[in-house]
Amino acid sequence: MSAPDKPQFSEARLAEIDALAARYPSRKSALMPVLYMAQQDFGYLSMDTQKMVAEVLGLRLMEVREVVTFYTMFKEQPTGKYLLEVCTNASCMVNGADALYAHMKNTLGIEPGQITEDGLFSINEVECAGACAGAPVVQVNNMYHEKATATDMDALISRIRAGEVI
Amino acid sequence: MLSSDPKKVQRICFANIEVENMNKLEVAKAHGAYAFLPTVLKDFDADKIIDEVKVSGLRGRGGAGFPTGLKWSFVPRNTGKPTYLLCNADEGEPGTFKDRDIMRFDPHLLIEGMIMAGFALGVKDAYIYIRGEFLHEYNVMCAAIDEAYAANLLGDNILGTDFSMNLMMHRGAGAYICGEETALIESLEGKSGRPRFKPPFPAVEGFYGCPTVVNNVETLATVPAILEHGGAWHAAIGRPNNTGCKIFSVSGNVNKPGNYEVPMGTSLKTLVEDYCGGLQHGTVPKVVIPGGSSTPWLTAEHYDVPLTYDDIMKAGSFLGSGAIIILDETADLVAVTRRLAHFYAHESCGQCTPCREGTGWLERVLTRVDAGNGTEADLVVLNDASKHMAGRTICALAEGAAAPILSMLKYFPDEVRAKLAEKSS
Ligand SMILES: Cc1cc2nc3c(=O)[nH]c(=O)nc-3n(C[C@H](O)[C@H](O)[C@H](O)COP(=O)(O)O)c2cc1C
Ligand code: SF4
Repeated sequence: MSAPDKPQFSEARLAEIDALAARYPSRKSALMPVLYMAQQDFGYLSMDTQKMVAEVLGLRLMEVREVVTFYTMFKEQPTGKYLLEVCTNASCMVNGADALYAHMKNTLGIEPGQITEDGLFSINEVECAGACAGAPVVQVNNMYHEKATATDMDALISRIRAGEVI
Repeated sequence: MLSSDPKKVQRICFANIEVENMNKLEVAKAHGAYAFLPTVLKDFDADKIIDEVKVSGLRGRGGAGFPTGLKWSFVPRNTGKPTYLLCNADEGEPGTFKDRDIMRFDPHLLIEGMIMAGFALGVKDAYIYIRGEFLHEYNVMCAAIDEAYAANLLGDNILGTDFSMNLMMHRGAGAYICGEETALIESLEGKSGRPRFKPPFPAVEGFYGCPTVVNNVETLATVPAILEHGGAWHAAIGRPNNTGCKIFSVSGNVNKPGNYEVPMGTSLKTLVEDYCGGLQHGTVPKVVIPGGSSTPWLTAEHYDVPLTYDDIMKAGSFLGSGAIIILDETADLVAVTRRLAHFYAHESCGQCTPCREGTGWLERVLTRVDAGNGTEADLVVLNDASKHMAGRTICALAEGAAAPILSMLKYFPDEVRAKLAEKSS
């Protein structure tokens, strides 16, 4: 087997990054947006990707690593195509979030950190999503589903499994 | 549109929140957006704007309630360095979800407030730091900013004047601590979000060492109304020292959770019963968390409290961000407290020992108690550890972590003891 290609931003991306970085007092401020771009382009932030980001922004790898590991939305491991994130903080909790989360894990047959065999889903418990009027809140790739019920979520999962793009 | 008679004003930031497509510039303009901006840019200067905001009595809506005009007056002028304006849209305090509605439904109100604030402070570059999860709101804001640039409301020589200002969105990535203003600044500098020691305060030494103002979304969104109608107009709304209207994000065990903007001084009971459709069970709340999960609890005896900074403080807590979490008789307080302890342990940035160790410890002990494996000695640990965290750390997260635990032990010791008894009997 040949080694996988090193991740490399496209020319268009590099131009976008230069334009973006110019809008901050220092290029380093562009690190978080560029990590989001990398995550979008390569799925997750592998060590090679992080090295490449460091090079593009003229930073040390350590500076990139520190940021990647500090923020929960930067992923060092691949996730399913759809990341389901269930808020279980106070307002969601008193509106049934724990039972919903347990139900969804059961439906998918996975625990946090795992991916369903079809590669479609990962699931996580997350902190307050800032949408407590809609408790319980489930984010699907950061799209908010409010007042989520087990029935809604089963239906959503079935639709995605049937090939619908959400 | 807002009434010029302050007695008639019920809402300020949410005045147009129900207008369809208010996020579009054309619609926003038809409802008065940017109508007064030319007057501000031509006839006002920094001193006049800061004076009006001082007279208005506006206090920061992000949590601390610091007078906005005073904060702006601390910014040194003619330092030879740029001054930055940062909007805090991190909105991570559990229970808070108001800034999200301003951004997704009326983004131009925030943009206009930032242009006016930026003009007063001599800002060339302003940023909105929005929590990473708010992807939809980020996209709405970006589109509104693009429209504002195209209409010469942002960028070079705004509306043909000498004033130029850029405004840009910046996404956080899932760290509650970045809502703390110096952590936000660190994060915007491309680093992990670890709060800085204060002083120096950001007004003097903030973003890249330059004078920086950090204001909450709701604070900035209130500025256009203040400048258009006058500081005195705003000061006549609400109560003395607690002026204007405030958005309350109400959630938990109420029938119609949501954001409701009301004049300051409206009673909690009125808010819950007339706006939120009452409690899910029973007639009085068991616990009211009045200003986000980090604020001490109030109980049934405070149900009539007028919603002002001062009255809530007298009752023993803080108005905070205006995030009211109501728990009724069905709520398991130990379980809720355990969940909050997990939140704070997860979100502690780790640089202060009392916070890093304390939050982890509290979570472990509460998990044990909640599972029915706790002892009397655990209650002593919870009490002591919570008390020892406050005031010994760089930022207020540690105090926030202690608040729910100390409140539970103060008001509901029997409920905690009942859990201890569960297994031992
Ligand atoms: C742990 C912590 C989290 C905070 N989170 C937020 C937040 O999400 N949004 C916010 O506006 N202020 C937050 N604050 C308050 C900010 O530090 C700061 O006081 C505020 O943004 C100032 O704006 P204002 O004067 O307009 O209220 C937080 C403070 C602490 C200690
Ligand atoms: S109190 Fe906690 S969150 Fe705040 S700076 Fe210290 S360790 Fe970080």
